[in-house]
Amino acid sequence: MSMYVNCSIAEAKNLSEFKGVFILGEQRDGKIQAVTFELLTWGRGIADDLGCELACVLLGDEIENLDEVILRGADKVFFIQDPIFKNFLTQPYSNAITRLVNEEKPEVIIAGATTTGRTVMPLVAAKTNTGLTADCTELTIDPDTKLLLQTRPAIGGNIMATIKTPDTRPQMATVRPRSAKQAPVDTSRTGQIIVKNYAGATTMTVEKFLEFIIDTTQAVSIEEADIIIAGGKGMKNAAGFKLIEELAELMGAAVGATRDAVELGWSTYPHQVGLSGKTVSPKLIIAAGIAGKIQFLAGMQTSDVIVAINKDPEAQIFKVADFGIVGDVFEVVPMLIETVKKIKASA
Amino acid sequence: MKIIVLVKQVPGTDSVKLDPVTGVMVRTGKDTIINPLDENALAEAIRIKNTYPDVKITAVSMGPISAMKAIKEAIAMGADDGVLVSGREFAGSDTIATAKVIAAAIKKTGDFDMIICGERATDGETGQTAAMIAHYLGIPAQTYVSALEVLEDGVIVKRTVESGFERVQVTFPVLVSVNKDISDTGFPTLDGKLKAKKVDVPMLGNAELGFDKSELGLTGSPTRVVKIFSPKLSRDTIMVKANATMQPIDELMSFLVQKDVL
Repeated sequence: MSMYVNCSIAEAKNLSEFKGVFILGEQRDGKIQAVTFELLTWGRGIADDLGCELACVLLGDEIENLDEVILRGADKVFFIQDPIFKNFLTQPYSNAITRLVNEEKPEVIIAGATTTGRTVMPLVAAKTNTGLTADCTELTIDPDTKLLLQTRPAIGGNIMATIKTPDTRPQMATVRPRSAKQAPVDTSRTGQIIVKNYAGATTMTVEKFLEFIIDTTQAVSIEEADIIIAGGKGMKNAAGFKLIEELAELMGAAVGATRDAVELGWSTYPHQVGLSGKTVSPKLIIAAGIAGKIQFLAGMQTSDVIVAINKDPEAQIFKVADFGIVGDVFEVVPMLIETVKKIKASA
Repeated sequence: MKIIVLVKQVPGTDSVKLDPVTGVMVRTGKDTIINPLDENALAEAIRIKNTYPDVKITAVSMGPISAMKAIKEAIAMGADDGVLVSGREFAGSDTIATAKVIAAAIKKTGDFDMIICGERATDGETGQTAAMIAHYLGIPAQTYVSALEVLEDGVIVKRTVESGFERVQVTFPVLVSVNKDISDTGFPTLDGKLKAKKVDVPMLGNAELGFDKSELGLTGSPTRVVKIFSPKLSRDTIMVKANATMQPIDELMSFLVQKDVL
């Protein structure tokens, strides 16, 4: 075990040495993940406000279409290449990113609030002795101080807090997936791909990646889905919940479930939305047979469009809904299924 | 084998208040519970203790003196002993400052093989502190763990990630943060309750940990809350009543087309 390092954040950092914006891209099986392109939207906006360069950091063994990152907004790509980076392992990833940060001294680092981003960013923040704000839904640059203002929901979404990192660098934040649109491709853009080979201590680890197992119940990953169809206790039983799955499949949507629905065994934990499950913000969520406990609302209220179907007109879910249908889910959902089928058939 | 379970005391209801000046959460100590995912962590530690010989579980919590209740509850449910990290100097700490203090307190308790904790707490919801603690202890962190297999010299963890699961093998000592799938939560036992009454839970303050004041609390925290505000919760809801006709569904469909989400 290494020694506990006792160093103060007041330790003088020459803040002006830190320039440029980093986003931390993600790949799986060498394919750049969609969250990377959302981060490019965030990063480009911040880099333009600061008048500095935007660099995308990617770790991997072989990565396809690195150019795309440049066409979508990055000025530079730092590709940290080694077979150990094929899959996410906390030690080599955090060591390599920290080494790059110490070499390049970016002013801002943004990652996705994904399982990878939310694991590696705390390690990098601790290693570089700076602040980190989790799960932001908004990032802006203060026009006067040029500080990164990091806004996040807290306490089950009951309040929003804006946070800054005034005295240390880099300023670090993770942003909720789907909180920005993917940056578009601009074929006229040019940039530089810089390959970093960090062999030796940086790549050493006591961790060994064994395997990745695809969750076959998630045809569409709930965090990355444009549309989520979610069901709760109002679906009455496992057979009732099947209506949710049927509608989701027809719409190419992911299936969401309340804690109750998961505990009753109608769905599984990876589908659970809410305080003790996942936080999602799709373009559209249709909540059927869901009363809208605060714990559930906390996990979905930043969705773009919320549709609620419930027979109780006083249900909490209607308070956050854009469109509410008061009615029996066993009548309304099948009608919705028929309509979607018709639209698909005529398309 | 020694397992440390990190338990955080969180508000039991939505009665959390924020200091309007500093933006720091005010915890009154009334109506508190153990963070639900920490209960899953504790249940997993107890499962391991019931499966393997010579397992000792120590519950560690940082918070006001009232957080002693959380440790006693953990002992009542099956932990062997506990340590409370408490002190006025620690109040207002962000995740970095908190992680430094908890890591130092864990070092004080001696050698261990594994730290298990919930992947995040229901109050702050940052999910950052666990990995930071691992850093300050110089050990690897495995996060979002939904299943754990104990080996001779380490563990194999199953991490729930986007669209699937990753299996990773790692040697002791290791920190594991868990989600709800890891273990069903347990209940206090009569023996446990008696033990919780008897056992003396030591408190560690800064006198024992010896940090420079500048490293603690608000001054030791690199992040600052600039402002807090209420999110715009209510939307201009269009409400329709279902009937035997397709009209409400058609209205919904045109609304979705108009919103450009279909």
